[in-house]
Amino acid sequence: MKKATLLIAAIAVASLFPAARSFAAGDTKAGNITISAPWARATFAKAKTAAAYMTLNNSGDKADTLIGVKSAIAQKTGIHRTTMENGIMKMGAVGSIEVPAGGMAMLKPGGHHVMFMGLVQPLKEGANFPLTLVFAKASEVTVTVQILKPGAMGGAAMRHQH
Amino acid sequence: MQRRWLILGLIAVLAVSAAATWNLVHTVKKASTPPPVAIGGPFNLVDHNAGPVTDADFRGRYLLVFFGYTYCPDVCPKAMQTIGVALDQLGKDAAKIRPLFISVDPERDTPEVLKSFVKNFHPSLTGLTGSPRQVQAAAKAYRVYYGKVKEDGGAKDEYLMNHSAGLYLMGADGKFITMFSHNTTPEDLAAKIRKYL
Repeated sequence: MKKATLLIAAIAVASLFPAARSFAAGDTKAGNITISAPWARATFAKAKTAAAYMTLNNSGDKADTLIGVKSAIAQKTGIHRTTMENGIMKMGAVGSIEVPAGGMAMLKPGGHHVMFMGLVQPLKEGANFPLTLVFAKASEVTVTVQILKPGAMGGAAMRHQH
Repeated sequence: MQRRWLILGLIAVLAVSAAATWNLVHTVKKASTPPPVAIGGPFNLVDHNAGPVTDADFRGRYLLVFFGYTYCPDVCPKAMQTIGVALDQLGKDAAKIRPLFISVDPERDTPEVLKSFVKNFHPSLTGLTGSPRQVQAAAKAYRVYYGKVKEDGGAKDEYLMNHSAGLYLMGADGKFITMFSHNTTPEDLAAKIRKYL
């Protein structure tokens, strides 16, 4: 009898898990914007730069724009984008990223990212750091960026996609 | 009298345009049969242990060559990770291959910086740098483009680089075999390399 109760309890917990997971791993809300699982790669010891990635979802009926990023981990924090033109990789600052109404914007390797230049110290795998995002409409919000292994291809955000 | 000049002028214009047309046709003809462009060639560089190396030092091994720079936090680590995972998937065959990361940013990528960078990805990954002139020669041999991009108001040593981001597979004889996109998945890269070994 006791065993059966335990089993039922276990099943109940397990069935809750997927739902819990999509909330957990670092989702942060600011107005209509949900920031999912921000992550960065751990850097090598002498690194001076790093990049952070995340997914921005907009549940509102008006587009919003990420217009600024702030952090204490580097001398300069900015919104950058990598583009490929005829096999040549280019990277540069962009002023903002639009998050369409009812849609999303993805910051991912090879595309938009938050760029840190002049790292104060290397990013260590398993640690995290705060990053402040400034939106045109949603309020300013601080998220926690998880530091994954140096060669990470995608964060927890990728695993959330069903 | 005026008419004669007009006629002479017309003849001159016709002659010039005919020559231009001939030239154009000739150029187009030439362009349609381009000479084979050799990718790769000799290089003299410095490895991440600060020792001098040349292309000849790697004979007998396949080379997987990527040009990048360690200040690149976005695409370069991803490309190195792809190489590392692909080599792991190749198992024993990975010993036949030497992956090279050649810096296009020799001013900031000292051997010391490169050593710190490469050890994050794969034990066999070798980082190469050199004098600006040595790097330029290596990039030229591989038909690789690179250039500095400065941000407004940035410090002197604060810049990004535009660079060709292809991945070159060279044979054990040092000759070019094929090229992959930096976006290739590790699985795909391993499968494709296996075909050439």
